[in-house]
Amino acid sequence: MFELLGVPPQALFGQLLLGLINGAFYAMLSLGLAVIFGMLNVINFTHGAQYMMGAFCAWMLLKFLGLNYWFALILAPIIIGAFGILLERLFLRRLYNLDHLYGLLLTFGLSLIIEGVFRNQFGSTGQPYDNPLPGGQNLGFMFLPYYRAWVVVASLLVCLATWFVIERTRLGAYLRAATENPTLVQAFGINVPRMIMLTYGFGVGLAGLAGVLAAPIYQVSPLMGSNLIIIVFAVVVIGGMGSILGSVITGFTLGVVEGLTKVFYPEASSTVIFVIMAIVLLVRPAGLFGQTR
Amino acid sequence: MKKTLALATGLAAALGLGQAAAQVSDDVVKIGVLNDQSGLYADITGQGSVLAARMAAEDFGGTVLGKKIEIVFGDHQNKPDVGSNIARQWLDVDKVDAIADVPTSSVALAIQEITKTKNRVFLISGAASSDLTGKACSPTGFHWTYDTYMLANGTGGALVKAGGDSWYFLTADYAFGHALERDTGAAVTAAKGKVLGQVRHPLNTSDFSSFLLQAQASKAKIIGLANAGGDTINSIKQAAEFGIVAGGQRLAGLLVFVTDVHSLGLKTAQGLVVTESFYWDLNDETRAWSKNFMAKHGGKAPTMVHAGVYSAVKHYLTAIKEAGTDEAGKVAEKMRQMPVNDFMTKNGQIRQDGRVMRDAYLLQVKKPEESKGPWDYYKVLSTIPAKDAFRPIEQSECPLVKKS
Repeated sequence: MFELLGVPPQALFGQLLLGLINGAFYAMLSLGLAVIFGMLNVINFTHGAQYMMGAFCAWMLLKFLGLNYWFALILAPIIIGAFGILLERLFLRRLYNLDHLYGLLLTFGLSLIIEGVFRNQFGSTGQPYDNPLPGGQNLGFMFLPYYRAWVVVASLLVCLATWFVIERTRLGAYLRAATENPTLVQAFGINVPRMIMLTYGFGVGLAGLAGVLAAPIYQVSPLMGSNLIIIVFAVVVIGGMGSILGSVITGFTLGVVEGLTKVFYPEASSTVIFVIMAIVLLVRPAGLFGQTR
Repeated sequence: MKKTLALATGLAAALGLGQAAAQVSDDVVKIGVLNDQSGLYADITGQGSVLAARMAAEDFGGTVLGKKIEIVFGDHQNKPDVGSNIARQWLDVDKVDAIADVPTSSVALAIQEITKTKNRVFLISGAASSDLTGKACSPTGFHWTYDTYMLANGTGGALVKAGGDSWYFLTADYAFGHALERDTGAAVTAAKGKVLGQVRHPLNTSDFSSFLLQAQASKAKIIGLANAGGDTINSIKQAAEFGIVAGGQRLAGLLVFVTDVHSLGLKTAQGLVVTESFYWDLNDETRAWSKNFMAKHGGKAPTMVHAGVYSAVKHYLTAIKEAGTDEAGKVAEKMRQMPVNDFMTKNGQIRQDGRVMRDAYLLQVKKPEESKGPWDYYKVLSTIPAKDAFRPIEQSECPLVKKS
């Protein structure tokens, strides 16, 4: 506890802010997972690979077509989302009536294949991607790069918009109804399979978007997804599988918790989230915001 | 009498022949390249090391003492337990005679122990910890390419001389990071510099901002990166983002490979001072070998680890030929007696503790406008002679040295 006193408050503010920035990535990725699980009941293990593809897509757009970051921000999620739709049509669709485990195994296998292909093609150290917003602002207690500030803002906007669409609009109401009782909703003349397909595409697109946002900060490497996906799954489990608001709040909170661990006991920073997960599962098996079905 | 003598001679000759043939165990010389095939060190070692070992076997003619040379490889995933299992399987069941490369010091230390007890040759190229020729040395273990002492004194020494007299370390939290931090700390203190502190991050971290902020707050003139591969790349990239270099602090990438520079791009990496024992563009010989390597490796330049694997395998095979056997003890003895000479090594000597004494190079990453083409990344600042690059034998904690 003496270490606590050893850290000046300025440093603490800095670390809180950094935690929030990392939390933004966790929130965006776990949001995509939550949407997919909530609507499709599929545990999408390819999410990490799709995040990585988003980053690579941005890199390729720049390298081969000369399209800069801001174009990539719009194009890459669409391309990756379309790829997701293709996966859904070809493979996932056949598994809806089976146990969750089949979807998990399929998506896990796919992610291994995708990562293997990228590693074979681009090596494991990755590719450089320039920062589109260099420089930053000295806040007194820390130096805040403009780009990181942008990441937090963008991620908050996306999370809020998604939550709003699903919880507060007619389209969202259809979606939620279709999850509860697809047959009945179809009887009202709504094309449920198409809606599910588009939902999966949207979730995957979110992963792609997170990938583009990550490209200028982290190395664009085939391993970037698998490094992150386990943590993101822990976030989703803690927040409650399928809970949209839960995953967003948990994402940001755990980012902060992890950031603080990096100050007080850095060696534990890669494990702290899993310790929390274990405790939450013991106390609330459905997660903090989840409901038992 | 004459007849008996002739018979005896003939018999002896036949026996001798028979013995020579039987001296290669299992009728094959099998070398296992064990490294990271899929993780953050895969570009530094990985398939490139396997290719280098194959090239050495090919250049040797594919056979030694009339027996086939075979190269196999495995992926230890940077985990000591996984690596140990593969090594045991290789040595006990698959008739592997020597293990080569093995990056990730924690894994290499485990393999050193296994090869020592099972009496097989261990040709270390990828791992860095100087403990491999220190307290963990082995009579059949050779540390071929570089070590943390060399990195510490090369890069660390040069930066202290240039006025960087206060240091803060960003250390990968396992055997290699600890050894590199310790050796560099010693080099800094010896040169009258000060170590202000350190922060240890888990292996394979993607976000370094928090650690960098702590390093920034220390106000140290130099931030020493005691990590490698993807960890170093992300640290350097994010240090630029947080304006650390612009703020007057300097980064010391203690272990940077040419592939890391390639990944970072010259714009981000320019000015870094690094120590390596090999660079492809040093002279005609290194260029010739590297050209051949690049043609077979998708145009990617060899790292010093790749070159070291070639050099070690070649020397090992030569020693088998000279010793007339592949028995590890005898081969190891022969390896120590013969000087190492190849495209990357000039008159290298192998010490009792297993350290290969070779020159090292202090290099600086070029500015983008100085680079003439792909992979033209370094300019040579100076050559560090072997006796200055590596730990003096008197300071070695290796029990093999003390006994003699």
